[in-house]
Amino acid sequence: MIPASFEYLRPGSLNEAIAMLSEHGDEAKILSGGQSLIPMMKFRLSRPACLIDINRIPNLDYIKEEDGYLKIGGLTRETALEHSDLIRSRFPILHDTSFVIADVQVRNLATVGGNLAHGDPANDHPATMLALDAEIVATGPQGERIIPIKDFFVAIFTTALRPEEILTEIRIPMNGSRRGGAYLKVERKVGDYATAGVAVQVTLNDRGDVQRAGIGLTNVGPTPIKATGAEGALAGKQLTDEGIAEAARRASEEAQPSSDLRGPAEYKTALVQELTRRALYRAWERAKK
Amino acid sequence: MIQQTSPEIGGMGHSVKRKEDRRFLLGKGNYVDDIHLPHMVYGQLVRSPFAHALIKSVNTEAAMRVPGVLAVITGEDLAKAGLAWMPTLFFDKQMVLATGKVLFQSQEVAFVVAETRFAAADAAELVEVDYEELPVLVDPHHALDADAPILRPDREEKSNHIFHWEVGDRAATAKAFEKAPVRTEVTAVFQRCHPAPLETCGCVADFNTATERLTVWLTSQAPHAHRTLFALVGGIPENNIRVISPDIGGGFGNKVPIYPGYVCAVVASLKLGRPVKWVETRSENLQSTGFARDYHMRAEIASESDGTVKALRVQTLADHGAFNAAAQPTKFPAGLFSICTGSYKFPNAFCEVDGVYTNKAPGGIAYRCSFRVTEASYLIERAMDVLAYQLNTDPAELRLKNFIRPDEFPYETPLGWSYDSGNYAAAMNKALEIAGYRELRKEQEEKRRRGELMGIGLSSFTEVVGAGPAHTFDIAGLKMFDSCEIRIHPTGKAIARLGTKSQGQGHETTFPQIIAQELGIPVSDITLEEGDTDTAPYGLGTYASRSTPVAGGATSVASRKIREKARKIAAHLLEVSEEDLEWEPGKFFVKGAPSKAKTIQEIAFAAYTNIPPGMEAGLEAVDYYDPPNLTFPFGTYICVVDIDKGTGEIKVRRFIAVDDCGNIINPMIVEGQIHGGLAEGLGIAFMQLISYDESGNVQGGNFMDYLLPTAVETPYWETDKTCTPSPHHPIGAKGVGESPNVGSPAAFVNAVVDALSHLGVRHIDMPIASWKVWQILKEKGVAA
Repeated sequence: MIPASFEYLRPGSLNEAIAMLSEHGDEAKILSGGQSLIPMMKFRLSRPACLIDINRIPNLDYIKEEDGYLKIGGLTRETALEHSDLIRSRFPILHDTSFVIADVQVRNLATVGGNLAHGDPANDHPATMLALDAEIVATGPQGERIIPIKDFFVAIFTTALRPEEILTEIRIPMNGSRRGGAYLKVERKVGDYATAGVAVQVTLNDRGDVQRAGIGLTNVGPTPIKATGAEGALAGKQLTDEGIAEAARRASEEAQPSSDLRGPAEYKTALVQELTRRALYRAWERAKK
Repeated sequence: MIQQTSPEIGGMGHSVKRKEDRRFLLGKGNYVDDIHLPHMVYGQLVRSPFAHALIKSVNTEAAMRVPGVLAVITGEDLAKAGLAWMPTLFFDKQMVLATGKVLFQSQEVAFVVAETRFAAADAAELVEVDYEELPVLVDPHHALDADAPILRPDREEKSNHIFHWEVGDRAATAKAFEKAPVRTEVTAVFQRCHPAPLETCGCVADFNTATERLTVWLTSQAPHAHRTLFALVGGIPENNIRVISPDIGGGFGNKVPIYPGYVCAVVASLKLGRPVKWVETRSENLQSTGFARDYHMRAEIASESDGTVKALRVQTLADHGAFNAAAQPTKFPAGLFSICTGSYKFPNAFCEVDGVYTNKAPGGIAYRCSFRVTEASYLIERAMDVLAYQLNTDPAELRLKNFIRPDEFPYETPLGWSYDSGNYAAAMNKALEIAGYRELRKEQEEKRRRGELMGIGLSSFTEVVGAGPAHTFDIAGLKMFDSCEIRIHPTGKAIARLGTKSQGQGHETTFPQIIAQELGIPVSDITLEEGDTDTAPYGLGTYASRSTPVAGGATSVASRKIREKARKIAAHLLEVSEEDLEWEPGKFFVKGAPSKAKTIQEIAFAAYTNIPPGMEAGLEAVDYYDPPNLTFPFGTYICVVDIDKGTGEIKVRRFIAVDDCGNIINPMIVEGQIHGGLAEGLGIAFMQLISYDESGNVQGGNFMDYLLPTAVETPYWETDKTCTPSPHHPIGAKGVGESPNVGSPAAFVNAVVDALSHLGVRHIDMPIASWKVWQILKEKGVAA
């Protein structure tokens, strides 16, 4: 398991990193946690000419509440999310997600930013961020720009990030007090990619109606899927058994899985329906607390 | 009964902590990849991307131009030296490097040698092979079709048929079936799986051009046999070959065959006069080295209306891949598969197996199993459940009714085995009691009424291990004895060397415990060495749970030889006759005068300082032990599962394992072996399959898709035991390593089938993934 040869660069600052990216363009890959990239390089499925290791760049590793947003630095490790009190108490959906990503060893290095920027529909955070309506902060030579998460995933392994941009922050709006979310994943064993996964976040208004509902699907299509039809079925209404069943049914229609070793497409479609249903009940429980 | 020694002596029955673990825990183990020699270079195999293709040309020029590359060896190069093919362990031959054509994806095509691993990897990519694809044969059921491509034109027989093997009385069995009021059958595939030891295979081959000696550090479960084969095939005098198996990180049968990579490393070292290291990657290990199982089986049982079994008939198609690289005793092309009558009293039985070639990796090795015993045990334990459903009787009751009774041992089976001892009902009753079987059945009934799915699966297996008696058992002609040499030093400390080789079984602890038991020398005073053919006595190695039954016998007998000499010395020292002496572990004393005694340490010192007249100095013995029979461990496993109707996911709620392996040397190590084997069984039952698509592309060829269970997936194992010693083994032991792997797959599968049995489900092929369960639930209209 030896990768093809590559150049290794280690910038000490964000500006330096962006300058390197501008110079090497799409010949270069950002090395963050490396938990997806390095295996792909070892299999020689990915052969970047140049790796830009951003791990020594200061001030990119944080979880904080600011200006009505939860802000997660681009270099924040999954394990930090898993063990953050702020996340655990305010965003159980993110705790759910981090907890089922790969295994402990991987989570110690893997970053939330990398999990998104890799553009892999099998990764878990994309669905969660879609459910949360997160925003991606991309930093490039012209400074920062905000990419709404729904516009971020373009195609398999392809995101809206430009070759000279780095994902530096994830912002999650914190509006509404009666919020609840959940992430459910069926996997063949711990450490596996999802056979299917569903992220659900609901915000209830004072009357208990659904103010907004976000639903993201993992590994059931060429990109992470925002189940907008299912979201629409819930918005503005009371949560009811019938409403949840209808949303789950719609979510399963929005899934576009293919058959593989994890199971036939029809199974994955059924899983989306079942997991959406279960996640909605769990999110509802949490929102009511 | 085995006499209990003191904890200081630490003989049999003491849970002595594993002596080898300190170095492993401190990172001081010494595995093949830890071997670094001056001027060592590195090999990398070039492998075929196709399952079946002609090789039109191999161009090595670009590869040779990579800086640091020293050689690129091709099949044609080997052919010139007569080494393009090598014999397998089972009357077939296998390409070392392909000539003419390739027969499976990942087959070895060329061997690049370079100064660094990195240069070797880069150059391997640059070896240009021009292939022309040929029709691919994947499904063994089509191997004998008229239009199937003939995979092995090198053979005289122009057919994909390798062997037909049958045992038992075909006619009498057929007659029993005709007369029986009840007939049942099950068709079951024991899927192709892989032992997947955590350390992959590899070697360092070092041919010294000055001494003309070849030293090979090898991931070998059978270093002596491998030395002999290197000598016979390579033409190097056997005294000039030294095979060293250093620490081995798991074998499970995967490290019994000789692989092309080993041969290439040896050839490269001969060619370059430098040490050559070759260590395969995980994918190479899974895709090209010895797989296990791939048995496509059908079992029929004839019985009386009350469930008394009358006959068993088994037909099996065995997929051996491109070369028959099965590692099993010469007289047994289907291994010990004829153990398939299991724990039950079948008056008649007939079993036949046909082996075929396909475009898949070669093998058919014994994965933690005495040569196809796992397949046999799985089949009979599944078939008994199917019969129970047909008769609408409880599977535990059906088994209890048909067990061979304790007073019927030694028991001759209709397929030719002589079971040494057993008490099957005792083990089963104990397991049923621990499980709370009746309450579980009641719970299941209540849950069914509520629409919930819960299943209870039983497996009451009989194993056959310890190959084996020389009159019947040999591998490549080498009789399957094993050996032990013990030397007692003047200060009463000792070293023992064996023909076996631990891969994690704990030999450095358990064999000294046997010596401690026999001689009373504290276990901490005994060093154990294995794996170096220059120092250890000849033996056939460690696999098939044979170390304790065979080498353990040798250890015990060698110890007793020493004790007999010690008795003479003690008599001399105490000035009494030998008959006046009594032994207790650690000393001889004069009958009726226990204070007049000589310890084994005093006797050892005297063996070098104060020898009786006419006696040779020293206190040593060696024994080559030929077991009179195999040993037959057994047990009952009970698995309880709950099924999620929404997702098809299976949760193993409980697993009870009652094992009987005769007298136990180290209870802690036995329990560890059982935990490990049960985890493997769970992986096989629910997760593991090396499959191929229609083009022969291997699926499940890395750990992303070939799944190894972790602590998260495995339940809490509830282990217990009964003890029925082997009557013929010197210390009454039977061997245990493979029991949990042999016995558990049926328990897992039986539990899942049981959960769905009220829906008419009678069988589900492994691995039982969630999606399979969900599909059944959907088909039956009960999916949530």
